[in-house]
Amino acid sequence: MADTVATATRHGHHRPNYMAIFWWLLGLTIAELIAASIPVGRAYPQMAKGILLVGMALSKAMLVAMYFMHLRFEKRTLGMIALTPLLICVFLLFMLMPDLLWLWREI
Amino acid sequence: MSEAAAVLHPGHAVVEPAESPLTPESWGKLGMWVFLAGDAMSFGGLLAAYGAMRYASPNWPNPSHVLGIQLTGFMTFLLICSSVTMVKGLAAIQDGDRAGLKRFLAFTVLGGVLFLTMQAYEWTKLIREGLGLTANPWGASQFGTLFFMLTGFHGCHVFGGVVYLSCVLMKGARGGYSPTNYNGVETAGLYWHFVDLVWILVFTFVYLL
Repeated sequence: MADTVATATRHGHHRPNYMAIFWWLLGLTIAELIAASIPVGRAYPQMAKGILLVGMALSKAMLVAMYFMHLRFEKRTLGMIALTPLLICVFLLFMLMPDLLWLWREI
Repeated sequence: MSEAAAVLHPGHAVVEPAESPLTPESWGKLGMWVFLAGDAMSFGGLLAAYGAMRYASPNWPNPSHVLGIQLTGFMTFLLICSSVTMVKGLAAIQDGDRAGLKRFLAFTVLGGVLFLTMQAYEWTKLIREGLGLTANPWGASQFGTLFFMLTGFHGCHVFGGVVYLSCVLMKGARGGYSPTNYNGVETAGLYWHFVDLVWILVFTFVYLL
């Protein structure tokens, strides 16, 4: 009932250019495939490949979240809810770092 | 909300609780976002485990050598297209285009079904080559475990999304949505975009890196 009332009084809809977002996503996917297929070497170290691929993946994820999921146009509540798992995952990675560094030394 | 209540009940004094900027427009959307936040933690944990196992293992196979990158690249493209059709379907019903909603929802469901079909093909091929939950002919056995857990968990989400969207499509076909009542479509769309978003990350971390 509350949901119906809320949608009945909504004036206008935030409508990004979905096709433009699609072309960006497609372009980034193609760029990812190219970046992954280039052989790793001195000119293209594994670290650079990793940073490039992760950067492109996060960009695509942001585009989907901000425009397809309309986070850009929503109230702060939803943005805070969406951001929380990202922060917790970063925290999780930092918590795993000591174990990973110890294991790398062993190898 | 006060304005809406006044429209529905003219002449009655309406006492509304004070709204904060944090009050969502739709409780359904809030509920879905809370669910997705929890689900994101599940996938985050699995991806973190994958990363930890991979970098702790001296004989982790190179995914681009053992997995079909071209096929999964196309699967990624398919999910992106299905996200576009989903959001187009929502835009259609917001504009009162019920036929457009049905058409775009049908394409979204089709995209999901095609994705699952291709994933089934990929799994069959890998299992025939010897990759399993506890077996990996190309190196560390944890690769097989984590690969099937990650892609299987995501595949279950896609299957659930296909069922969910099919129900939304059937309701839409019966005229259950309108320009003033489309929250169900929007909420289902959030779930589907989340499934796409997770696949973007799984594809990068498991198949490309």
